[in-house]
Amino acid sequence: MAVEQNTLIASDIEAYLKQHENKELLRFITCGSVDDGKSTLIGRLLHDSKMIFEDQLAAINKDSKKHGTTGETVDLALLVDGLQSEREQGITIDVAYRFFATDKRKFIIADTPGHEQYTRNMATGASTADLSIILIDARYGVQTQTKRHSYISNLLGINNIVIAVNKMDLVDFSEARFNEIKEEYTAFAKELGIENPVFMPVSALTGDNVVNPSENMSWFDGPSLMELLDTIPLTDMTDLEHFRLPVQYVNRPHLDFRGFCGSIAAGTIQKGDAITVLPSMKTSTVKQVIQPAATLEEMEVPEAFAPMAVTLTMEDEIDISRGDMIVKSCDIPEMADSLEVMLVWMDEKAMQPNTDYLIKRATNVITGRFTQINHKVDVNTLEKREADSLELNEIAQCQLDLNRMISFDPYTSIKGTGSFIVIDKYTNATLAAGMILRKLEGASKADNQRMYSDFEKELNALVRKQFPEWQCKSVDEL
Amino acid sequence: MEQLFLKNDFAHLSHVLLVNIHIKCDILRTNFQMLSRQNQGGYMEISKKKLTHLKRLEAESIHIMREVVAEFDNPAMLYSVGKDSSVMLHLAQKAFFPAPPPFPLVHVDTTWKFKEMIEFRNRRAKEVGMELLVHINQEGVAQNVSPFTHGSAMHTDIMKTQGLRQALNKYQYDAVFGGARRDEEKSRAKERIYSFRDKNHRWDPKNQRPELWDTYNGRHQKGESIRIFPLSNWTELDIWQYIYLENISIPDLYFAKERPVVEYGGTKIMVDDERMPEALRKTAKMEKVRFRTLGCYPLTGAVSSNAETLPEIIQEMLLTKVSERQGRLIDHDESGSMEKKKIEGYF
Repeated sequence: MAVEQNTLIASDIEAYLKQHENKELLRFITCGSVDDGKSTLIGRLLHDSKMIFEDQLAAINKDSKKHGTTGETVDLALLVDGLQSEREQGITIDVAYRFFATDKRKFIIADTPGHEQYTRNMATGASTADLSIILIDARYGVQTQTKRHSYISNLLGINNIVIAVNKMDLVDFSEARFNEIKEEYTAFAKELGIENPVFMPVSALTGDNVVNPSENMSWFDGPSLMELLDTIPLTDMTDLEHFRLPVQYVNRPHLDFRGFCGSIAAGTIQKGDAITVLPSMKTSTVKQVIQPAATLEEMEVPEAFAPMAVTLTMEDEIDISRGDMIVKSCDIPEMADSLEVMLVWMDEKAMQPNTDYLIKRATNVITGRFTQINHKVDVNTLEKREADSLELNEIAQCQLDLNRMISFDPYTSIKGTGSFIVIDKYTNATLAAGMILRKLEGASKADNQRMYSDFEKELNALVRKQFPEWQCKSVDEL
Repeated sequence: MEQLFLKNDFAHLSHVLLVNIHIKCDILRTNFQMLSRQNQGGYMEISKKKLTHLKRLEAESIHIMREVVAEFDNPAMLYSVGKDSSVMLHLAQKAFFPAPPPFPLVHVDTTWKFKEMIEFRNRRAKEVGMELLVHINQEGVAQNVSPFTHGSAMHTDIMKTQGLRQALNKYQYDAVFGGARRDEEKSRAKERIYSFRDKNHRWDPKNQRPELWDTYNGRHQKGESIRIFPLSNWTELDIWQYIYLENISIPDLYFAKERPVVEYGGTKIMVDDERMPEALRKTAKMEKVRFRTLGCYPLTGAVSSNAETLPEIIQEMLLTKVSERQGRLIDHDESGSMEKKKIEGYF
């Protein structure tokens, strides 16, 4: 097994380090309800991949006697349940991040709770994840919370869904039961538009098929969960085609240097590329692409790509400040001040339509309001319902009206320019997470679509007829 | 008459041309977009552009630091001289290069740090070109607080926790960078990257803001502050690998060397000065040891080791079975102790 037991560690540490310079990073979330054995599964992954140190194990042994729910055996769940008050309640109530590594990958687990009222925590954990492990108790099959976890994973744009059918030991490692659940889930996944979920029979408690292949389930010919995590192709979530750089900070140490810093949300950029700054539409050419560096010799690179944190300098002295977006002149995103968005409400105080909120999208902070709730989505039944307000842990499609135009991309295309958080103007609390669906057509007071006069339309028709060699497009098609 | 006709004709013609240029531009733009979408061969090649895990962690930390500097009025970096602080300082240099990081380094000096740490601290601040502010709790000094006579809990509370509060009240920072990692300890695993503190610097585990994507909410009322942990997602191994790859300087105490040590509180501690009680000092033996974490010398356990180079340290770390914090005497007090300290305002 490819866990941290590489023999090179002892024999040739320098070769080992060389090998480990090029690991990939995979971030995933685990979703399951209180009794699905999620904490036990994570404890098992860490334990069997030798990520638990002896002193930690000793502490668990001590704590198992005090808080444990597994009787005599060591309660691996205690390893991952962090805060005291939660431990006393016996449940995990927040997002916790865990880490482990194999020879190929470093993993960051967002451990998110399955309890009904904590949709907000799951959305938080899912926002940075590339993969989602959804636990199903083999005894009960697809439950309401399974649907909720799947819906939220999908809403937050996670393309890799792994269904871990847990507690197989309690159903005699039955292949028939596993297939039944598989069928049940597949039917439901189709409704949501989840493509190719991966199914995996495991027992976190006994360790079957978690890190090591299971002897009790020889009928299963797939990899163990750990093998899967180690080898699953990371379908590239990063758009490397459409360059977007939200300007974060302008670095001006002296008069001769003005660098525009930011993290590339999508695409690639090269020295000499023609760029446009939004919303001003000013143009220039990239003079230097500067990577994170601590010396002048190392700083310049020919090209940079998402998600690098870079600094660009320009050939012309144009005014660029925080909140602007630098794009390539040949590929300009849409602009709008009225948007259709999905909203996950995360605050006790309900959302009120037409109330002013602060919208932080990448490096922009703009006042805006939700003018209408198109519909709420019941995460348990996936039914759409009408609504006047949005309560804690509710999800809805809304219309967002901003005080200023922004350039944007749909969340499903580019997360960095299609996501936002909602902030209370007075308490400064983070109230909601939002994902841009599309520009709201027609309703915008300053619609970006160019309007053609009758004269222009006629002229266009005339030109098309009289000068076909100009290959002029009809204005109706634009 | 003829003139008017000509003028009209000219106006008409220029309109024709103008609109055509307009439309041609639109076509060009559409074609461009189509071309770039069709350029599948190029896309495949582009898709090989992938950052390694360390480069991704580096990018994430730099993103956080720049966001803080852009949004806060008065940020500072809490510098503890240890390896994590060294990495954090290096990342800050990279984030703002060619400028020096635009905030000061703050060190809460308990007066019981290893002498070598203080020398290292002063040298690094000078090299990087940052302002260094050292704060010592003078009330504690007046009371002669010592970990030997007052115990680790009281010493840490007065010299470290209270000292930090004093420094924050004095300089009124609204954002303070710290080098804590989520993998260090259980209660840290749930810590946010922006950790919100009230006017009394208290941390309320039930009242933290959700953090989504890399969009951080730095808004706060006057008097409130936010602790920022740009290394949240780094593990101990990541830190060591990065130090190795980037050739980052760290104090010598991390490397094995013959040092005078005594048995104290179940651990080996180093004799760093005359303040160690004489009876204890007399028991000192020279042993080849190193330190896995750095802090106050009477509270920092040494481990027997032969690791004299970075690869050897990493090797030892990977083969060892005892986690990093065991060398710190403050965590053993009782379970959940770190969480309690954090609620009180410990970093």
